[in-house]
Amino acid sequence: MALYLSKSGKFLPHFITKMSSLGMINLSSLGSCLSQNPPLLTEDGRTSYAAPGNDPTHFVCRRFGSVKADKLASISTNADSQLLNFPGGVVKFTPELKFLSDAPEERIHCYRVLDESGHLLTSDFVEIDKDIAVRMYKEMVMLQTVDTIFYEAQRQGRISFYVTAMGEEAINIASAAALSMDDFVFPQYREAGVLLWRGFGLQDLANQCFGNIGDNCKGRQMPAHYGSKKHNYFTVASTVATQIPHAVGAAYSLKMEGRDACTITYFGDGGTSTGDFHAAMNFAAVLEAPVILFCRNNGWAISTPVSDQFRSDGIVVRGQAYGIRGIRVDGNDALAVFSAVHTARKMAISESRPVLIEALTYRAGHHSTSDDSSKYRPIEEIEWWRAAQDPVGRFRKWLEMQGWWSCESDTELRGWARQEVLNAIQVAEKAEKPGLREIFTDVYDVPPSNLRDQEKSLRQTVQRHQRDYPHFQF
Amino acid sequence: MAATILHGVGATTALSSINYNNSRRSLPERKRTSLVIQCDGSLSSGLNISNNRGAKLSTNAVAQTKQENVTASTTSKPGLRHELLLFEALREGLEEEMERDPHVCVMGEDVGHYGGSYKVTKGLADKYGDLRVLDTPIAENSFTGMGIGAAMTGLRPIVEGMNMGFLLLAFNQISNNCGMLHYTSGGQFKIPIVIRGPGGVGRQLGAEHSQRLESYFQSIPGIQMVACSTPYNAKGLMKAAIRSDNPVILFEHVLLYNLKERIPDEEYVLSLEEAEMVRPGKHVTVLTYSRMRYHVMQAAKTLVNKGYDPEVIDIRSLKPFDLHTIGNSVKKTHHVLIVEECMRTGGIGASLTASINEHFHDYLDAPIVCLSSQDVPTPYAGALEEWTVVQPAQIVAAVEQLCQ
Repeated sequence: MALYLSKSGKFLPHFITKMSSLGMINLSSLGSCLSQNPPLLTEDGRTSYAAPGNDPTHFVCRRFGSVKADKLASISTNADSQLLNFPGGVVKFTPELKFLSDAPEERIHCYRVLDESGHLLTSDFVEIDKDIAVRMYKEMVMLQTVDTIFYEAQRQGRISFYVTAMGEEAINIASAAALSMDDFVFPQYREAGVLLWRGFGLQDLANQCFGNIGDNCKGRQMPAHYGSKKHNYFTVASTVATQIPHAVGAAYSLKMEGRDACTITYFGDGGTSTGDFHAAMNFAAVLEAPVILFCRNNGWAISTPVSDQFRSDGIVVRGQAYGIRGIRVDGNDALAVFSAVHTARKMAISESRPVLIEALTYRAGHHSTSDDSSKYRPIEEIEWWRAAQDPVGRFRKWLEMQGWWSCESDTELRGWARQEVLNAIQVAEKAEKPGLREIFTDVYDVPPSNLRDQEKSLRQTVQRHQRDYPHFQF
Repeated sequence: MAATILHGVGATTALSSINYNNSRRSLPERKRTSLVIQCDGSLSSGLNISNNRGAKLSTNAVAQTKQENVTASTTSKPGLRHELLLFEALREGLEEEMERDPHVCVMGEDVGHYGGSYKVTKGLADKYGDLRVLDTPIAENSFTGMGIGAAMTGLRPIVEGMNMGFLLLAFNQISNNCGMLHYTSGGQFKIPIVIRGPGGVGRQLGAEHSQRLESYFQSIPGIQMVACSTPYNAKGLMKAAIRSDNPVILFEHVLLYNLKERIPDEEYVLSLEEAEMVRPGKHVTVLTYSRMRYHVMQAAKTLVNKGYDPEVIDIRSLKPFDLHTIGNSVKKTHHVLIVEECMRTGGIGASLTASINEHFHDYLDAPIVCLSSQDVPTPYAGALEEWTVVQPAQIVAAVEQLCQ
């Protein structure tokens, strides 16, 4: 049933907003008054009908007996357009049979501060002082070094698996630098740099990858699945995107406690296809949870390019779909990432709302050591991104232009970093592995009787067949 | 062992402003001193004893329900009692814990102002606010994930599945994260979450709403599972589950929410790992849980008239099994009958059979008999549905056969 209101003046929407904010009318009841009640002649007996074939914008005014005539009269005579208060809010009608386009004419613009040669393109960024900037650079180099050497170690058979963050050093370090230590980090698996920034040591990284007794995860997880409560970095799980609802839940907990902190969660382009991403975005918006949802759109989900992953304009456009503010940034630009995360954090905490950041970048390495990406993408493409868009190089150029860094410092740094990483690996490799008892602890807070029985049984087996369990450690 | 007072009388004043618009006695009116129930030395499995902050646990507490006139012999001092329904007992336990610890919160579909599909959370949103009693959009995997994230950062959430069957959507989070993160993080992050909801075969709710999730979840390492069956144990298990630092899944049954019972006024917490001796006996050990307890007790009446003396144990703890209580019973009666609502394949009964055979084989005079539902989706039609659930007549026949 169509609803027609006379189009005199712009009074109606303003009036409704004013009245509802004064608490005087309930928007939904107004809507129901305007909607389906059968039209009745009011005291002044006025009804009119649109003449057929006439100007389609000539609207009909009906008076409804269920609302006091004088109140509604002032509303309806001043309304200028058709609208209805549906559940969910007031919506304007349109006579045009027009569908929203599936794609914008232009893709959402990408925020960038530094160009490839390290020149500033804008003054609209969050300034960083020399100490932080130099530290950021050093950690980016360290991350690169760690990734290179650990990858080699896997190839040499010294560890079984590794994931690198090649090409995403700026995302890792710059986002970490823009956060505070009180903010909770819920990573996917390509964010070791965030942990490095927070103070997790090289030896800790190596211990986890080798799964030795120094590993704070006690040898329970695959390499690169770090976790550290001390650093507010939640243990990586292999499942894709399960950390996103966790981050929302943690943000909920921060909100309950009224803390000056937010959560941040990282995920890739592939992760945004999951159900957990969708529902977590929705929840975050409804809950008004202080969470930064950071998408590392690096173009590839193992061998699936983004064109096979989704048809939207990347991830940033989805923010609006859920009622979440978003920004697209150049993920290879450390200053842009820093500014975006810094600002998003302020928004998230002060306004208690989620913020979506899509960092466009390129996965310069393979998905993991179990992948050879040259099988599904051209080597030239990989090489181009590695060279031309290297985030570390770009940041260094800017630092050098500031006079904060030099070639000599670079050589020195890289030499030192390499040595430190090699040492850490050597120490980790020689360390003992966790004992048998660590199979059974931490399943629960205290091992229950069935687990105690199973441990006893396993020990007996191992003792009886020592030759078959040569690596065994009690 | 000394009794410990858990709450001073001063706690009443904070609650006195609450208004309940139902006629039964409400929380603030009861005396807030709580009683410690003495624990005998037989508690062996020690999952949560240290976590109860001074409250000792009641062992072998026998619940008195309206249906069976079993003599109640709780080890508590005789004290004031009040009558309520099972869903109210769950709510009472939940409310007491929310009052006691501000980190306890609830999340689920329609748990807030609607009060939950079976009214377990009714009134809590008014009392504690929309944030602490949170209505979630429809995405079980995700709000369970949310609960896990909140638990890892210090809250103690209770996630309600509107129907346990919907938690199948949350299987990924429950198995891969809830059960695992404490372990994979090397003990750094604990997940003191409670996941609860109504399940089991109801009155013609159709196959999708008649799931027995305990069957599917029992393999997941890192979680505990308990099933309540009376208002008394519902409240005690709810409190224990909330206080536990492990993830606990609390199974309620759709048909048991309106059971009435008089429960103690004083505070009590039950043990998550203990079975409940419903009716001591000597001829046969009947192991059951949740709704089947009532079919068993109905059959027990008939059996007693026929001269049998069945020992009925409500196992309550579905993961891990209370093999201590069960074992003692098997050693006494030498015959075991398991009565469950799970399907024949891969249910709790199947696991329990294997477990008892493994541990108490020498004490058995006959093979274990397990009565379960058939391996079929639960049909809608009333008669068909009835035939998929184990009925008292079958239980009587099974005992007779077993004890020949």
